[in-house]
Amino acid sequence: MIREQEDIIIQTVCRIFIPFMQVYSLYVLAHGHGSPGGGFQGGCIFAASFVLMSIIYDLNEVKRRFAERFSVFLASLGVFIFAGMGWLCLFLGGNFLDYGVLSTILPVDPVMARYYGIAAIETGVQITVMAIMVSIFLNLLTGGLHEKDVEQAYVRVNNQ
Amino acid sequence: MKKLLGIALALAALILLLHGIEDLPPWADPHQPASVHVSPRYIERSVEETAVPNIVTAVLADYRGYDTLFETAVIFTAGVAVLMILRRFMP
Amino acid sequence: MLESIISNYNYWVFIILLVVGLYSMMTKNNLMKKLIGMNIFQWAIILFFISVGAKRGATVPVIAGAHGHDTHTLVARAAEYVNPLPHALMLTAIVVGIATTGIALALLVAIYKRYNTIEEDEVIEALKK
Repeated sequence: MIREQEDIIIQTVCRIFIPFMQVYSLYVLAHGHGSPGGGFQGGCIFAASFVLMSIIYDLNEVKRRFAERFSVFLASLGVFIFAGMGWLCLFLGGNFLDYGVLSTILPVDPVMARYYGIAAIETGVQITVMAIMVSIFLNLLTGGLHEKDVEQAYVRVNNQ
Repeated sequence: MKKLLGIALALAALILLLHGIEDLPPWADPHQPASVHVSPRYIERSVEETAVPNIVTAVLADYRGYDTLFETAVIFTAGVAVLMILRRFMP
Repeated sequence: MLESIISNYNYWVFIILLVVGLYSMMTKNNLMKKLIGMNIFQWAIILFFISVGAKRGATVPVIAGAHGHDTHTLVARAAEYVNPLPHALMLTAIVVGIATTGIALALLVAIYKRYNTIEEDEVIEALKK
């Protein structure tokens, strides 16, 4: 069990840091086309903000936001976005992951269609990386008791 | 005993690797074989084909997008594997 | 022969890191230290790969001046930009390393819960019984 920190300096600093880190991760994702960045880097920074939240604040709060079903759902959603873009290009007549044929449904020319295809799949990669990193961290921290309510998990373990 | 064997094997690996770097091309040479065959094509034709200035993102997500798809699948599998190792199942 | 080894002096750093990781994987008794040795080994390989793609007098592989409207007349010479292929391939390698380390840590937690120790010889002793 992690006790909430009672030092007011740490709490105040982290209250400013955590939203800043999350917005910064979205900035890194969105500017991945013009400066070093992209999906993987943004996902890691987003997950780091949740790790900071679970160290400083109450662990049950983070477990309430990131229940196990939600984490696995987000991870599957990211892979589905990526593979779904590939299948969409296949249905529109091109090869798998050939973003040039997206110009038939979007009102842009084939060069900009590849630009938007790259932006879409980077979003999918960010969602998956973020969900899996928070899930691995919470599983390692609680030793498998990644439940919403810790008392319920303790009762179930003692009854086994 | 195990420590001596470990030190001997590590020294043998060190000597073999130092012997192997004499065949490598000089460092930061513009004419080495790694920078001659396919990467000039990526550098020169990246902006006109994809309109993305960052060549690494264009290579990772457009020219080699298949690798990135399966690498996302790898990290998803790792998350599921950690879940399965540590979870206690009810009988 | 000796001069070609000394002129490629940048590869020495990666070879020494690799041998440190290999030694730590082979001789340490604690399972956590073996895992850290494996991580050091893998990072040495990743850094070696990235250093192969360097070019003398070249800059970051982001094409400058491609945000405006005259991208049709933009000429990008291959000698001005660093080889982008090792960077892209090593991003994949880093993520695979994270996956491997995560699963190895989960296995360590499971071993500790089962045998209540994390030293290698004590685990082998408990397995023989």
